[in-house]
Amino acid sequence: MMNTQLVMYEEDFKKILAVIQRLVRDANAKGIFVVDKNGQLIAEAGEVRGIDTTSLASLTAGSIAATGGLAKIIGEEDFPVHFHQGTRDNLHITLVGGRIILVVVFDDRSSLGLVRLRVKKAGAEMGKIFEEIQKKAEREAATGTAKSPFAEITDDDIDNLFSE
Amino acid sequence: MSFINYSSREINCKIVYYGPGLCGKTTNLQFIYTKTNPDLKGKMISLATETERTLFFDFLPLALGQIRGFKTRFHLYTVPGQVFYDASRKLILKGVDGVVFVADSQIERMEANLESIDNLKVNLREQGYELDKIPFVIQYNKRDLPNAAPLDELRRQLNTMGVQDFEASATTGEGVFETLKAVAKTVLSDLKRLSR
Repeated sequence: MMNTQLVMYEEDFKKILAVIQRLVRDANAKGIFVVDKNGQLIAEAGEVRGIDTTSLASLTAGSIAATGGLAKIIGEEDFPVHFHQGTRDNLHITLVGGRIILVVVFDDRSSLGLVRLRVKKAGAEMGKIFEEIQKKAEREAATGTAKSPFAEITDDDIDNLFSE
Repeated sequence: MSFINYSSREINCKIVYYGPGLCGKTTNLQFIYTKTNPDLKGKMISLATETERTLFFDFLPLALGQIRGFKTRFHLYTVPGQVFYDASRKLILKGVDGVVFVADSQIERMEANLESIDNLKVNLREQGYELDKIPFVIQYNKRDLPNAAPLDELRRQLNTMGVQDFEASATTGEGVFETLKAVAKTVLSDLKRLSR
């Protein structure tokens, strides 16, 4: 079985957060979300109050998966950039490093051109961070030093979750 | 693929409900949604056609509580059961941690059940998974219907791997939580096993 488990440590999380907090300012964005291709929300920044972030993450991943399927049908590997224009708010969605999705919500205080420009730089930085995370995971797996909070749980711990 | 976040101290797992069209996958999720404490669940999303057939997926995030200081969250997904939505089913299986196969107990749906479980195996293999190596449980749904096939017959045909299985009636909720608990426990036990 493929071992593709994503493990995020505090230090990596901080690096990602720093990139997207800067991107919010540089791109004049309302909010930014980093989502795993499998639909898990990794980080968020900006005005995200009132947004159902769990649903946003799941639907973004679904949308990327569906358009990725479309891309393959016409012989493309992927469609790495998506833009959805609304009457007030717009969404700019980018696939980073084939695994991470960067979602930018913006309104008329910004523009598609600006968002596109800033996302390009931030996306590259983010790509590097996730590459490092991947390498770290591979190193840990190879040396057997990977520690998981699940290594030491007992059957009782699991049963307790379902006790009520 | 589970996601362990040390920063927010969360563990997220993905469970997919699979099965033939109209077997009751969405009904399972709807029942779980209506019976779960609002603090523990997120919004349920259904991407369905106008006639309420699942078009892409249903999604329900659930929080189960804490294990060793980590919030344990399960993301439940259903696939569209109709045969011609196969491309969508493949996409939803990506990154799956555990599968519930919902079988339709009605005798005339046996062929559809068999076809769907074969389709599950093929689609998992495309993602690099083998059904007998991932957390997997079976639910025989619609046990309350008069034309339900005998349990022995369903077991013999569908549960060839001898996994945990449950009788259910998703409209009344019978067996729904038992199935969910079984798959969630199996997923967590598997995480424990893999992290050793």
